[in-house]
Amino acid sequence: MTSSISTNSSTKETSTGLMAKLSGLRNLHVVIGILLLATFYVSVCNLAFAEGSALHVSDYTVSLFGKYLCYALLALAVDLVWGYCGILSLGHGAFFTLGGYAMGMYLMRQIGDRGVYGNPDLPDFMVFLNWTEMPWYWAGSDSVLWMVAMVFIGPGILAYVFGMLAFRSRVSGVYLSIMTQAVTYALMLAFFRNEMGFGGNNGLTDFKEIMGFSLQSPSTKLGLFIITALVLAVAYVVCHYIVNSKMGRVVTAIRDAENRVRFVGYKPEDYKVWIYVVSAMIAGLAGALYVPQVGIINPGEFSPLNSIEMVIWVAVGGRNSLYGALIGAIVVSYAKTRFTAIMPEAWLFALGGLFVLVTLLLPKGIAGMLPGIMDKLKGKNAPEEEATASEPSATDNSATENKGSEVKS
Amino acid sequence: MIVDKTGTPITETENIQPDTRHGVILYVEDVSVSFDGFKALNDMNLYINDGELRCLIGANGAGKTTLMDVITGKTRPDTGKVSFGQQVDLLQLDEAEIANAGIGRKFQKPTVFEQLSVFENIELSLKGNKGIWASLFHKLNGEQNDRIAEILHTINLIQERNYPAGRLSHGQKQWLEIGMLLAAKPRVLLVDEPVAGMTGQETERTAELLTSLAGEHSVVVVEHDMAFVRSIARTVTVLHQGSVLAEGTMSEIQSNPEVIQVYLGEEQG
Ligand SMILES: Nc1ncnc2c1ncn2[C@@H]1O[C@H](COP(=O)(O)OP(=O)(O)OP(=O)(O)O)[C@@H](O)[C@H]1O
Ligand SMILES: [Mg+2]
Repeated sequence: MTSSISTNSSTKETSTGLMAKLSGLRNLHVVIGILLLATFYVSVCNLAFAEGSALHVSDYTVSLFGKYLCYALLALAVDLVWGYCGILSLGHGAFFTLGGYAMGMYLMRQIGDRGVYGNPDLPDFMVFLNWTEMPWYWAGSDSVLWMVAMVFIGPGILAYVFGMLAFRSRVSGVYLSIMTQAVTYALMLAFFRNEMGFGGNNGLTDFKEIMGFSLQSPSTKLGLFIITALVLAVAYVVCHYIVNSKMGRVVTAIRDAENRVRFVGYKPEDYKVWIYVVSAMIAGLAGALYVPQVGIINPGEFSPLNSIEMVIWVAVGGRNSLYGALIGAIVVSYAKTRFTAIMPEAWLFALGGLFVLVTLLLPKGIAGMLPGIMDKLKGKNAPEEEATASEPSATDNSATENKGSEVKS
Repeated sequence: MIVDKTGTPITETENIQPDTRHGVILYVEDVSVSFDGFKALNDMNLYINDGELRCLIGANGAGKTTLMDVITGKTRPDTGKVSFGQQVDLLQLDEAEIANAGIGRKFQKPTVFEQLSVFENIELSLKGNKGIWASLFHKLNGEQNDRIAEILHTINLIQERNYPAGRLSHGQKQWLEIGMLLAAKPRVLLVDEPVAGMTGQETERTAELLTSLAGEHSVVVVEHDMAFVRSIARTVTVLHQGSVLAEGTMSEIQSNPEVIQVYLGEEQG
């Protein structure tokens, strides 16, 4: 298990040849395996061991892990556009939050007449605003199908329209990043307004149940955690397929030499719009899974800072590596949970410091460090395994590839 | 939507067939390009015949690269017409559409996809559907694999097939770019300074390759290396300050007094 990770990441950037493809596949199995095993372990420890037992995992912890997995899914989305296509989106929080709102609207409708005002037709905040009927865009929001569709359509449309405008006019680099940031900021201001019909600055909350299951019940919480893990696994497989397809190679070429790609006959704009939309949809999905587990969605989630934090996850974990994104999201979020419990005011400084450190010392993030660590752990097994694992020419390659990656970093 | 000169829509640039009944595949007529008032191309007229090998020479800044930029859609001319065959108006197409229509280009400064392997660079350049869905579900078939192997052999990079292209030497990058050109199977090859950075032997092989391509393809070569030009040239066009100064065989050009004065003269002197 350990060796496959190291083999893969050392050949990653150049991923050609049969060897690299094989180890890429092994790496996929390892990541999915670890994810599913961890999910299984947490589930068993939550169910089978009583509170007080050393092995017990509390309901609170289950929800916390569920939240981390949502972040991991979100990080995957950011990595897809930034790590592989070079689009530094500083506004992915917008897609996440829109997905969250789609879920929030559905959950709002499930409250029915159990709200504070007991109105069977209108959510509490609308009654409070003296509205007599629901705005048109809430139509259908009580259906699961509508919700699932909107989780993809909302972020997808925003990404498509933005992408068409920005990429078609060949905006890139810093200007693009600033534009993405402006979009999420504008959405935050808009959603703060009561007239928007999304609950103003309180957002949507006080949810009761999802598809008939009480959100307060521990088994629902565990179920949501497991579903999040499964969705993450599927999304990981999809992203793995994308980045290892010819699409992935075109996108990498666009990242490194966008103008040159045109003269080979590809339209970079089309590719960028496509990957941006896919990424936005994954981010929306992450938001939708997040909301029932934390019980609230409000405009604060649109905050530009959130979007920047996502980029830092990926930078810490290692951009251009899918499992790096997962590791980064989970490690930084865990650090945040710990840190904010002790000195919440200082978190932003810590985060900024972390970003600077990683940029300076670990340009390839944690994922870039793994091969070295694995080699050390492997110790004297390493040469033996290399000899069995590679054909003559591949040994030659891996040596040069390692050199190549040094130059690149 | 893309339309040809008569207004008939062309849906697939891949299927564009230039009308070469008059024997000319590339028309450049009265083209001017200026950068901040400086005329890089000045009423340029140039006709490339179907299947010919044409050399473009001219001093630094004569406008050779700019001409290629105009033909491939990188730079829009201020005035003039550029067409592929008689009908396909290249000024209506963007870079990718022009490439798919069958005009390939090797850049003066070799630009390959450095993070991708040599093999992948060729793979991406293969002629074929360049759309999103085609790329997503693309699988190399046996024929394409053979084609790539053949090209790798031609450009002498079989050993290096799995190297990241960024690690190649300057000359090898030149070859790789030529390989990428071959993979695209273009009707017209625009080759900007192909032998810069190559050894004498490599230069010789490039000359052989380009000569062998002419006939089936039309090849336009820009080169400063006069020995190289002499070895491949049939027709030579001399550019000077953005316009055509002279055109003819190498010996005609060499005896042209104007050319001797502005170009060859300074080199021989
Ligand atoms: N984008 C640009 N902006 C401003 N000036 C430009 C630009 N591109 C080219 N020029 C100018 O146009 C003139 C023609 O340039 P071009 O690159 O076509 O020359 P060339 O014949 O290819 O020269 P060389 O042999 O040095 O490659 C030069 O004076 C150059 O400085
Ligand atoms: Mg030039």
